[in-house]
Amino acid sequence: MELALTEEQSLIVDVVRRFVREEILPLELHLDPDADELMPDDRDRLVAKTQAMGLYGLDIPPEYGGPDIDLVTRTLLAIEMSQHRAGLYAPCYSVFGGAGLAQLFEATEAQKERYLYPTLRGEKRGFFGLTEPSGGSDPARAIQTRAERVGDEWIINGAKIFISGADRSEYGLVFARTDVDKGRNGVTCFIVDTDTPGFHVRRIVHTLRSARYATELSFEDMRVPHANVLGEVNKGFAIANDRLSRQRVPYAAGCIGVAIKAHELALAYVPERETFGAPLATRQAIQWMLVDNELDIRQARWLTLEAAYKADAGEPFRKEAAMAKLVASEAGSRVVDRCIQIFGGYGVSKDFPFERWYREMRIRRIGEGPSEVQRHIIARDILGASLR
Amino acid sequence: MSIRLTKPWQPAASARVLPAQLGVYELADADGRILYVGYAGGRSRMGLRGTVSEACAEIPGAHCFRVEVTSAYLTRYRELLMAHVADHGQLPEANAPEPALGRLSPL
Repeated sequence: MELALTEEQSLIVDVVRRFVREEILPLELHLDPDADELMPDDRDRLVAKTQAMGLYGLDIPPEYGGPDIDLVTRTLLAIEMSQHRAGLYAPCYSVFGGAGLAQLFEATEAQKERYLYPTLRGEKRGFFGLTEPSGGSDPARAIQTRAERVGDEWIINGAKIFISGADRSEYGLVFARTDVDKGRNGVTCFIVDTDTPGFHVRRIVHTLRSARYATELSFEDMRVPHANVLGEVNKGFAIANDRLSRQRVPYAAGCIGVAIKAHELALAYVPERETFGAPLATRQAIQWMLVDNELDIRQARWLTLEAAYKADAGEPFRKEAAMAKLVASEAGSRVVDRCIQIFGGYGVSKDFPFERWYREMRIRRIGEGPSEVQRHIIARDILGASLR
Repeated sequence: MSIRLTKPWQPAASARVLPAQLGVYELADADGRILYVGYAGGRSRMGLRGTVSEACAEIPGAHCFRVEVTSAYLTRYRELLMAHVADHGQLPEANAPEPALGRLSPL
């Protein structure tokens, strides 16, 4: 793995770093501490800037009009883009755009026309509906939502929970069981229009993450045309699983970015703040906290970049992605916790971003597969066939 | 927790003795018709006490209020607006249009 950044990577990282510091941080001073959206005028202005920079739609493949950026560079940018108060769940308030749902790149041309292209143009939004009240860590077995074929339609009944963005989407990917006897090989992915009769967003699920919320859905005799099956019948879990592995790398990068920013704030604070006649920076207890922060950040960064590097090289990276997600989410939590301790009362006040990071970082150890599942993936890989 | 606010209505004049905590609130006219849904967020100087007092003074016809103390004030605020739209087909009359408000079908 190449240790040094290329000239191009350094340049692009520097551009995004300045963007965060000059455009995002000043706006954030006036937003609610829990805000996850900019005012529409500010958002439009900044989107125009990222488009002019050639950095809009970072996750869109080049054949669909996105910039041609490898995963290592994308990871470096994700680390930069999360270095502000809302950065963990709303990096740069989405002004760099998104790819929508990556699974749609594998859709039929008719499905792309109806869902993918409008999403890339910013005309439609989609949600990802996998987790159910019966469990999220083992979705292949936990899915109880049923789809039964009647003629050229499927009738779907069931419920989903912790689904982000469903109340504001025009469509979504819904995973449902189509063969009760086949376990993970009996799940199909459907593209569902949210104005379909029988589709309901029942409530918001309030969590520690007080801005970008999740929802609970119910499906009651919801009829979906067979043409809306994404991929093949009973092969839906492969689609879900692919996303889960890929998502873990930028997910880890967001944790690292927040940890870096928290650590940076602490480093600036300790020479100024005095206790018992001397700056905090002279206290060994504080110094060791900062050293531990530094170690946590560097370990997480290298593991995450290694996962991205392997993905770019076309090598298997499932274990590395699990290691990155596991280490970055746990290290990020420790760093933010130490910074709160250093800042004392200010650390838990809404005057500073630590309390938001502390709440949101806790969710990172559960979302996209909890730490225990990551350890399970790593154990299965290093123990090989003996564990299967 | 109920999706709709179920706390008792209180007269507008009593807003000045509300706790200064963060949370959401509704204002209603003398007939109990909801005029406005708002929140006291992390930048409010005196939390619900200050925010509700100001809103009662500024919104014509505001006769009473009810509050819910919550640290999840932003998500709860959006949920109350969505529930109001689901029940009445529109936002409360004193609320400005909310960009990209979601759709809810509460039971």
